[in-house]
Amino acid sequence: MTAYASTRLAARSRTGAPTVRRVRRHARTRSTTVCLGLVVALVVVAGAGLTLGDYPLPLGQLVATLAGHGSTASSFIVLDLRLPRVLTGLLVGVCFGLSGTMFQNLLRNPLASPDIIGISYGASAGGVLAILLLGWTGMAVSGAALSGALVSAGLIYALAWRGGLSGYRFVLVGVGVSALMLAVVEYLMTRADVYEASAALVWLTGSLNGSSTTQLHPLAVACLVLVPLTLLTGRALLVLQLGDDVAASVGLRVEVARLAAIALAVLLAAVATAAAGPVGFVAFVAGPVARRLTRGSGPSLVPAALVGALVVVLSDVLGQHLLPVELPVGVVTAAVGAPYLLFLLVRSNRAGVGG
Amino acid sequence: MSGRSSVERRDEGTSHRLETQGLVLSYGDLPVVDDLSVTIPDGRITVIVGANGCGKSTLLRGMARLVNPVRGAVLLDGRSVHHTPSKEVARVLGLLPQAPVAPEGITVTDLVGRGRYPHQGWFRTWGTADDEAVAQALAATGTTDLADRRIEDMSGGQRQRVWIAMALAQETDLLLLDEPTTYLDLAHQIDVLDLLTDLNRQRGTTVVVVMHDLNLACRYADHMIAMAAGAVAAQGRPSDVVTAELVQQVFGLESMVVADPVSGTPTVVPIGRHHCAEPASRH
Repeated sequence: MTAYASTRLAARSRTGAPTVRRVRRHARTRSTTVCLGLVVALVVVAGAGLTLGDYPLPLGQLVATLAGHGSTASSFIVLDLRLPRVLTGLLVGVCFGLSGTMFQNLLRNPLASPDIIGISYGASAGGVLAILLLGWTGMAVSGAALSGALVSAGLIYALAWRGGLSGYRFVLVGVGVSALMLAVVEYLMTRADVYEASAALVWLTGSLNGSSTTQLHPLAVACLVLVPLTLLTGRALLVLQLGDDVAASVGLRVEVARLAAIALAVLLAAVATAAAGPVGFVAFVAGPVARRLTRGSGPSLVPAALVGALVVVLSDVLGQHLLPVELPVGVVTAAVGAPYLLFLLVRSNRAGVGG
Repeated sequence: MSGRSSVERRDEGTSHRLETQGLVLSYGDLPVVDDLSVTIPDGRITVIVGANGCGKSTLLRGMARLVNPVRGAVLLDGRSVHHTPSKEVARVLGLLPQAPVAPEGITVTDLVGRGRYPHQGWFRTWGTADDEAVAQALAATGTTDLADRRIEDMSGGQRQRVWIAMALAQETDLLLLDEPTTYLDLAHQIDVLDLLTDLNRQRGTTVVVVMHDLNLACRYADHMIAMAAGAVAAQGRPSDVVTAELVQQVFGLESMVVADPVSGTPTVVPIGRHHCAEPASRH
């Protein structure tokens, strides 16, 4: 190791800036390429979701229908049945993807995603409670789901707070709260009659079967507000990742920023769950997959949102059309996500970084 | 300080003044820093020393507004740092905390670039000035060649240089460092302290360092603050303040203070109960 030559300091590198620009451009190019690739994949999969089904549409007819020149039948099938389902899946994926990667980065723990720490099941408990005990329907149920997620998050925050927030404790408390909320859902299900229980079942697995424009609209409005706000927190997340002390010394108001980011992440998970139920493991895998693709180290919000959307839409197409039995989207995502969870646990235990 | 007379010193220093007035900092009900008033000399290297738990790290964190005062104030150019917009403070005053942890997979350029946060805003995104600042920070710490490397692939000494580069990219006139040498071997400790001296001598950066090694502290400090039980036990030039009595008072350690043969600064030789020079097998 050579000592620091003071000449290096004096030489005020004029050659350094291009190096910095090159390294930064390299990372940016990779991230942009990944995003473009994901968008293309998303378009292809969404197209498949719109054409496949009991009434298959050739591509030309699909394009004509989307442009408003389709027959009455094809218009009904594409615009009223399939498009709301695909768009709901897409937005749900975006919300879960963003929410998961935000939690994971804020708490510096890959296990800290809303489907594992009980935010999603909090929303489920709220929804099931509203349907089975209060007899609510429609938007009121979504409202109850939203409240359930917020109660869940508040409970975790209150129980995990010890004059500061440790990611590890937050996750442990969250797993406990998750079990509690799931128990609430299951208890209520056992007391419900068959018809009601089948309506409430979506809150256990997550499904796009009931998707229609009536659910899509509030979800779309929520996304229109929440997604831009979330992207604005990106730069704060970058410094929060370096720890509270570093973040505070570069001028971030740590507690305010973290509370705002957690609130956004909770709301994103809540509106997604209200629209499609707790579609498992999407929030959990989106961030890590996006990071592996971009090879970045930041929260990579946009790639994570796109991965989330792709996972949900693809899983729904698989579950509807390509598997021997028709399955709700949540079952398919869980089938993919659960092995990844096991892999992560095994790997982190081996590396001794389980916390 | 004869060893230093040949080094040209920037006399104008920096134009920023950091001081504390009747500062009380506590964890819970326990005051850790008690009614402490100090002024950090501009454009100099100040080293804060003291026994474990004497409040030196807390003082540093308080000065960098990471701990809120119970009473008293930390003033930067006469304004309380706790009541000045945080980003405004961060453009003048930087802190490198003890043992910071880098996110997995982060590259040197990415990490150092995050030090530019206080220079950016809602509408002011990354620009040429940021590239330039990062490049200079890399050059100053001798890490330009590592620009696209990942932090986890590096040695402890290299990592510490990269973290210092991040603090430098913040372009502050005051730089506070909490035990920057603690986990490094002796050669890398010297490397880091030489680097900080370069920064001070060539840019006029005011440097405040908390460290444990008294002898290195004596050698590199222009100004030393020795703390005991949350208060200042002594402050001034090391050659003026470091005596066997002070070491006894601050560390509860019996010692002899002699001149460092290289720099002429004080060197503390601990006495202890055993003087284990002879082989253990002799008796």
